[in-house]
Amino acid sequence: MLNKYPLWKYLLILLVLALGLLYAFPNLYPDDPALQLSTQKATAVVDEQALLRAKNALATANIELKEAELTSAGGTLRFNSGEDQLAAKPIVAAALGDDFVTALNLVPTTPEWLSSLGAGPAKLGLDLRGGVHFLLEVDTPAALKQRLEVSASEMKAILRKDRVRYRSVDIEDGVLSVRFLQSGDLSSAEALLKGEFPEYRYATRQEAGEFYLDVTFTEAAKKEIEAYALQQNLTTLRNRVNELGVAEPLVQRQGSNRIVVELPGVQDTAAAKRIIGATANLEFHLEAGLEDNGADIETLTFRDGSGRTARLERDIIITGDSVSDASSSFDENGRPQVNISLDGKGGRQMSKVTRSAVGRNMAVVFIEHKSRSRFVETDGKMEEVRRSYSEKGIISLATIQTTLGNSFRITGLDSPRESSELALLLRAGALAAPIYFVEERTIGPSLGAENIKLGINSAQIGLLVVMLFMLIYYKVFGIFANVSLALNIILLMACMSILGATLTLPGIAGIVLTMGMAVDANVLIFSRIREELASGMPSQQAIHSGFNRAFTTILDANITTLLVAVILFAVGTGPVKGFAVTLSLGILTSMFTAIVVTRAQVNLVYGGRKNKKLYI
Amino acid sequence: MKVTNIPFMAMRKIVAAFSVALILISLGSLATKGLQFGLDFTGGTLIEVAYKEAPKLDDVRELLGQNGYSDVVVQNFGSTTDVVVRMANAYTPTLGDEVLSTLQNHGSNEVTLQRSEFVGAQVGEELREQGGLGMLLALAIVMIYVAVRFQFKFSLASVIALIHDVIITLGFFSLFEVEFDLTVLAALLAVVGYSLNDTIVVCDRIRENFRIMRDTTPYDLVNDSINQTLDRTLITSMTTLFVLVVLFFLGGEAIHNFSMALLVGIIIGTYSSIFVAANLLLAMDVKREDLIPAPKEELEDDLP
Repeated sequence: MLNKYPLWKYLLILLVLALGLLYAFPNLYPDDPALQLSTQKATAVVDEQALLRAKNALATANIELKEAELTSAGGTLRFNSGEDQLAAKPIVAAALGDDFVTALNLVPTTPEWLSSLGAGPAKLGLDLRGGVHFLLEVDTPAALKQRLEVSASEMKAILRKDRVRYRSVDIEDGVLSVRFLQSGDLSSAEALLKGEFPEYRYATRQEAGEFYLDVTFTEAAKKEIEAYALQQNLTTLRNRVNELGVAEPLVQRQGSNRIVVELPGVQDTAAAKRIIGATANLEFHLEAGLEDNGADIETLTFRDGSGRTARLERDIIITGDSVSDASSSFDENGRPQVNISLDGKGGRQMSKVTRSAVGRNMAVVFIEHKSRSRFVETDGKMEEVRRSYSEKGIISLATIQTTLGNSFRITGLDSPRESSELALLLRAGALAAPIYFVEERTIGPSLGAENIKLGINSAQIGLLVVMLFMLIYYKVFGIFANVSLALNIILLMACMSILGATLTLPGIAGIVLTMGMAVDANVLIFSRIREELASGMPSQQAIHSGFNRAFTTILDANITTLLVAVILFAVGTGPVKGFAVTLSLGILTSMFTAIVVTRAQVNLVYGGRKNKKLYI
Repeated sequence: MKVTNIPFMAMRKIVAAFSVALILISLGSLATKGLQFGLDFTGGTLIEVAYKEAPKLDDVRELLGQNGYSDVVVQNFGSTTDVVVRMANAYTPTLGDEVLSTLQNHGSNEVTLQRSEFVGAQVGEELREQGGLGMLLALAIVMIYVAVRFQFKFSLASVIALIHDVIITLGFFSLFEVEFDLTVLAALLAVVGYSLNDTIVVCDRIRENFRIMRDTTPYDLVNDSINQTLDRTLITSMTTLFVLVVLFFLGGEAIHNFSMALLVGIIIGTYSSIFVAANLLLAMDVKREDLIPAPKEELEDDLP
C-alpha cells in the first residue's frame, strides 16, 4: 500500500498555512511609540494646522518626529523611541492648549496592504506594555441611601402641601420612617405617598403612643436603582477616561457591582486615580438671611482654610449635573477660575432664582463623597468596614449683581490643577454613586519591555532545545515534527491576531509550554510507527497504522486538556486568562499541524515509494 | 525498537506507600504551615522599584520605618537592584504612591517604579474562592468526560491521580514556603490538564490491549501497557521539562513560581500516570468486561 494525500488536501494545507503566515506576519513589525491627538470639544478639530503647531514645537525642542498623520480619530505623531515620546508629550500638550487631548499610545506599523486585509499584530497585555489596571466597586448601598434622602425631602414637601401633620422624617438602616401623632394623619399620609411613590413598600407600626410609617424599597426598585447607578457610573467613567486622553482604554462592567478600568501607557497613577475616583460636585446655594433659622439652614466653612463660615439655605439652586461645558483659565489677577456653561434647564432655573435675589449672596459649594475603610476585629476575624461621608466646603461667596444666565465663572479655587480637574469633572459628569478601588495594578514601561524581552528569549531557546531533541531522537521524522512545530507557532500567532486576543507574559509562557506539549502528538504517532516497524510491519503500513491508531489517543488526551484550559479561561482573570487563551489555541493548532501537516510531509517524502527504509 | 519490560506493577505496594507518604507529608504541611498566599489572595499593597545602584535593604526598611510604615516586608526581587515592598491589609489605595514618593525623595540613588499592586481584602478572598471552585469544576468535568469515553473505574482512577498530583504540588509549595499567587494557581490547573493527558494515554493503551490481548491477566496487561507507552510518556515529559527549565531560568521573576509549579507538577504527573492511575485500576479490579460489552444474550433477559 502507499500513503498518498489527494491533491486537494495538500492545497488546503497550503491555503491554511498561507493564511496563517499572512495574519501572523504583522507581529514582526514592532509598534511605534506615538502621541495620539484628539479633541473632546465641538469647537476644535485636529487638522493640518494643529499638526503643524505640534511639529514646530517639537522642532524647537529638538525632538525627532518620525511621522505625523491625520487619522479619522484625530492625529498621530510617531516617534523613534519611547524616551522621545515621553519627552514630547508635555511639549505637544502645551503647544496645542487645553482644547486638545494628548495621549501616549503604541501604534502598529503594519503595512497598509496587510491592514486592509484585517491583519494586525496581537494586542499586548498591560504586563507587556505597561499601564494601570483598576477594579472599582460601586457603593450601591450609598446609591440607595442617596435616593432615600431625595425622596425624603420630596415626601416632606408633599405632606406639607396637603397639610398632613408629621412630626419627623428619619432615615436609618435603609428604612425611612415618618412619625405622626395622630393615626388619621398616618392613614392619609400612607394613601398620599403610595400614589406618589409606588417604588416603595409601606408598613405601619405604633410605638409609645406615636404612629410610624416605615418606607422601604421594593426588591425591583432596589435592583433598578443599583443597575442605574452602575450604568451611570460606567458612562461617567468612560467620559473621564476619554478626558484623560488615554489611547485604547478599557472601561468594562464586571459582575453586578464592579467596573474594570484599564489604561495602557498611563504612568501617573496618582492623577489617574484622583480623576477616576473623584466624586466632586458643585452645588449653588443662596446665603440665608439673618432672620432665617432652623432646619433649613446649614453652616459651612470656607475651603481656603481661613476658618470663616457662612450660613446657607439648604435648598439647592442647581448642581454640577446641569453643567454642559466647563473649562479652566485664569482671572484678571492670575488666579485660577472655571468658566461654566449651563444646559437649558439649569440656565432657566439659575435665572429664575437669581432674578428675585439680586443683591443677595450666592455660595458655590464643593462637595466630595469619600469613604474611609477601617479594619475591625469581629468574631476573631478582621473585617473591612467602609463608611461613606461627604465633605462640603464653600469655594466662593459672591453678591449676585444681576440675573445670572447660562454662563458664568467661579473663582476661589486653590490651584490651577484643582481648577482644571474640577472643569474636567464637571464636563465628564458626576458619579451616580460613590466608587472605591478594590484592586489596582501598575506596571512600569521598563518592566513591560523587560517582560517582552524575557518572554521572547525563553520562547526562542525553548523552541531550539525541543527541535534539537526531536531531531536527534527521531532523525528525518524529527524534521517533519520540527516543521510542524514551527508552523504551529505561526498559526497560533495568527489565531491570536485574528481573534484580537491579548498576549500577556503568562500567555507567552503558555506558548512556550505549548511547544513542549505540541510535539506530544508527534511523539505518540512516531512511537507507534516504531512499534509497528519493530513488530515486522512493512514501512508503508506502519506509517498508516501509526497515524490511525494514535489518533484516538491524541483526541482524548487533547480534549481533556482543552476542557481544563476552558475552565481556566472561565474562572481566571487578567494574566491567567492570557495563559488559558494561548494554551487552548495552542492545543487546537497543534492537533492540526501535528496530525495533518506532519502526515502530509511523511506522505510527500515516503508515501510514493514501496518499503523504503524509514529514518525514525 | 525495543519495548521495555519493567515490572512496574510488581513495585505497586512500595509505590503506593511512597505516594501515601508524600500525600501525608503534603497534607501535614498544608495543615500546619498552610500556603504562603501571595498578594492576589490575601489582599494588601505591594510595590516593586528598581534602584540605579543596589541599596542596602536595611536602609530601605529604616527609611520606611522612619516615615511611619512599620509593618512592611522589604525584599530583593530577582536582582539586587530590584526591591519589593509588601504591606499588609489595613491601608488605603493611595498607599503605594505615598511609599513610592518616600523612596524617591530620599538620597541620590535613582528609583523608578516597576509595578505597584493593591488588592482589596474582599477581592483576595473572592479570587481564592474562585480558584478553588475552578479546580473542583475542572476535576468534575474531567471525571464525567473520562467516565463517558472510557468507564467509571478509569474515571475514578484518573481523577484520584489528579488529586494526588495537586495535593503533592500544593504540599511542595507549602513545605518550601514558596509564594502561591494567581499564576501558580493557573499552573496548577495546567498541571491537571497535562497530567490528565498522560494518564489518558496510558488508559487508552490499557483499553486497547483489553480488546486485543484476550488471554492476558489484567495484572500483566496493565504492566505491558505501561511499558508500551513508557517511551512516549518519557519523551513528552522530557520536551516539556526542557522548555520549563528554560522558562524557570530565563522567563523572569514574574513567572518564576509559575514555572516552578509546572516543573514540580509535571514531574509528579509523569510519575502518577505511570504508577498511580494504573495501580488504582488494578486495586479496583479492572476487568475486560468493564470495557467490552458483555455478550448479547445476557442483555436480552432484562428486556421486558
